[in-house]
Amino acid sequence: MSVSTVETVTRGRVRRAYRRRAVIVVLAVLIVLVFAVTLMAGRTFYPPGDVVRVVLGQDVPGASFTVGRLRLPRAALAVVAGLCFGIAGVTFQTMLRNPLASPDIIGITSGAGAAATFAIVVLSLDGAGVSVFAITAGLAVAVAVYALSFKNGVSGIRLILIGIGIAAMLDSATAYILDQAAEWDHQEAMRWLAGSLNGATWDRVVPVAVALLVFSPVLLHRSRDLEALQLGDDTASALGVRVDRTRLVAIIGAVGLIAFAIAAAGPISFVAFLSGPIAARVVGPNGSLLVPSALVGALLVLAADFCGQFAFGIRYPVGVVTGVLGAPYLVYLIVRSNRAGGSL
Amino acid sequence: MTTNTSPSAPGAAVRRPGPGRFLWLLAVLGVLAALMVASVTVGSRDVPWSAVVAAFGGSVEGFDQAAVAKRIPRTLLAVLAGAALGVSGAVMQGVTRNPLADPGILGVNMGASLAVVTGMAFFGLESATGFVWVAITGAGATMVFVYVVGSLGRGGATPLKLTLAGAAVSAALTSFISAVVLQRNDVADGARSWQIGGVGGGTFDSVAQVLPFLAAGMAVCLLSARGLNLLALGEDLAAGLGERVAIARGTAFLGSVVLCGATTAVTGPIGFVGLVIPHVCRLLVGVDHRWLLPFSALGGAALLTASDVIGRVVARPGEVDVGIVTALIGAPFFIYIVRRQKVRAL
Repeated sequence: MSVSTVETVTRGRVRRAYRRRAVIVVLAVLIVLVFAVTLMAGRTFYPPGDVVRVVLGQDVPGASFTVGRLRLPRAALAVVAGLCFGIAGVTFQTMLRNPLASPDIIGITSGAGAAATFAIVVLSLDGAGVSVFAITAGLAVAVAVYALSFKNGVSGIRLILIGIGIAAMLDSATAYILDQAAEWDHQEAMRWLAGSLNGATWDRVVPVAVALLVFSPVLLHRSRDLEALQLGDDTASALGVRVDRTRLVAIIGAVGLIAFAIAAAGPISFVAFLSGPIAARVVGPNGSLLVPSALVGALLVLAADFCGQFAFGIRYPVGVVTGVLGAPYLVYLIVRSNRAGGSL
Repeated sequence: MTTNTSPSAPGAAVRRPGPGRFLWLLAVLGVLAALMVASVTVGSRDVPWSAVVAAFGGSVEGFDQAAVAKRIPRTLLAVLAGAALGVSGAVMQGVTRNPLADPGILGVNMGASLAVVTGMAFFGLESATGFVWVAITGAGATMVFVYVVGSLGRGGATPLKLTLAGAAVSAALTSFISAVVLQRNDVADGARSWQIGGVGGGTFDSVAQVLPFLAAGMAVCLLSARGLNLLALGEDLAAGLGERVAIARGTAFLGSVVLCGATTAVTGPIGFVGLVIPHVCRLLVGVDHRWLLPFSALGGAALLTASDVIGRVVARPGEVDVGIVTALIGAPFFIYIVRRQKVRAL
């Protein structure tokens, strides 16, 4: 009896581990495919041979500029920003045990976005300066939301509601700053606010890639502890997790990722929010969601940007596409959890 | 009011109004009057009193008088919009029995905005009269949708579920507004004002266009005050006392939707006035809606006028849209209420 139980459990574990690996491989393959299509297709089509030669650094007339200078950095930015948003979103959702607790709902994205707007419009900074502003503000907002929702412990619900309030405030600050830049084309401002990969260059890709290399290993290293946090603080510390330290590391890592991504690509709506739940659905209850969620994020941004550019009559910034896709999903999530009668 | 008033009176305080409320009424009226004077005299441009007086006489000679002449309809619009939003918020809080209800937070203003933007982009909408109907329809549809989503499941429309549904729907509508606006270069400039509310564009014409709607909505809301008092006792008790709950609720909803929809049609979405004001007024006059609603109207008018004056003064020579000012004032208040409530109650 006990042997067969052990066998069943082991077999289940093996099957789930297999599914997890399969999903990760499929997602990675899909990213490579969409990436390749993004490089080839567009106003003019370049055959795979040309694209490969450009990527390898050879000079191909026409393709070198279009693919090498325009499409390649753009696609690369889509991938690195998507990875950042995916990891950061699911880190918060896991840590706070609530799919609604993603950085774009609890105000962190708004804070980083407001600071980045300030740095770009008022101080005329670019590159690293913007990132520093974004990350500082992101951390400050994370701390503020956490502190404000602290009252005999932190309740996830209170934290989300307070985050919504803070986000409303910061968004109106951003709106004001953009408004002051009245000479700016308002449309351009709105594009940035929605999140856009327009004019992506390697200069913008590199900082995000570096942030990804610095912060994501830290989070991955802690992924087991993060999982344990889902069981509740008491259980987690009984399991030997240093709750406060894990939480601190997770917040710094996730805010770092998201701030750099926002500084480069603008606050691409809902990617951080969507990646985790989608990953959870395809992977099932199978250990850490960090890697699958990162891949889903990259795939979302790549695909949404491609659709935004070519699927409609005009070119939409990627954030509008993810927003129009993501917002109904948010409503759906609320409908579903209300029906189930759960507290999300 | 005598002791044989309707059974709506939910407590002894209602039967004995006392002098406090009348004093508060005078105080609020005084503040509002002072703010209106400030709104006409203070602005990006300093003007002498003589110009103000002359402008009220109908003269528009010179920059000073012209500036004042532009501020008069603007002030009028701020007062009307503020009153409408204040009452609308108070009624929504009463109907949903939700301390966080507000036309901005529940996404209703954004719904009105999206309807207007869509009308402008695809159906060649231009006249303000067209806007009003379209905006009210958008507001109503959004309100119903948010309420249905928020009341699914156990416990009905709890504050938490309604607020989350409202925030989610707001986010969705904002995305759709961007999608519509970015598609059309020609509406983009005008359409920006449909994402951030302001009263700067107020003219006598636009005020006159919405005035009938505001008057109708206000009348419906004020008439439903008694029903709201009964609803505050709980659905079962209200029904037991002979109130037709569904009708009372529907009428009050309709009134508040007309108010915020019509307001949004001229000003764009302005949030948080409807949230803050009823709470403050409840502290002043208690929970009787027959007092609360008129006070919310006056208080809302005062808050919006004050926000508009602040927005004109802080960023001279520029201006801050009033929708931004109310969010900066109102969001901390929202956080305060969230913190004050017990989590269970939320």
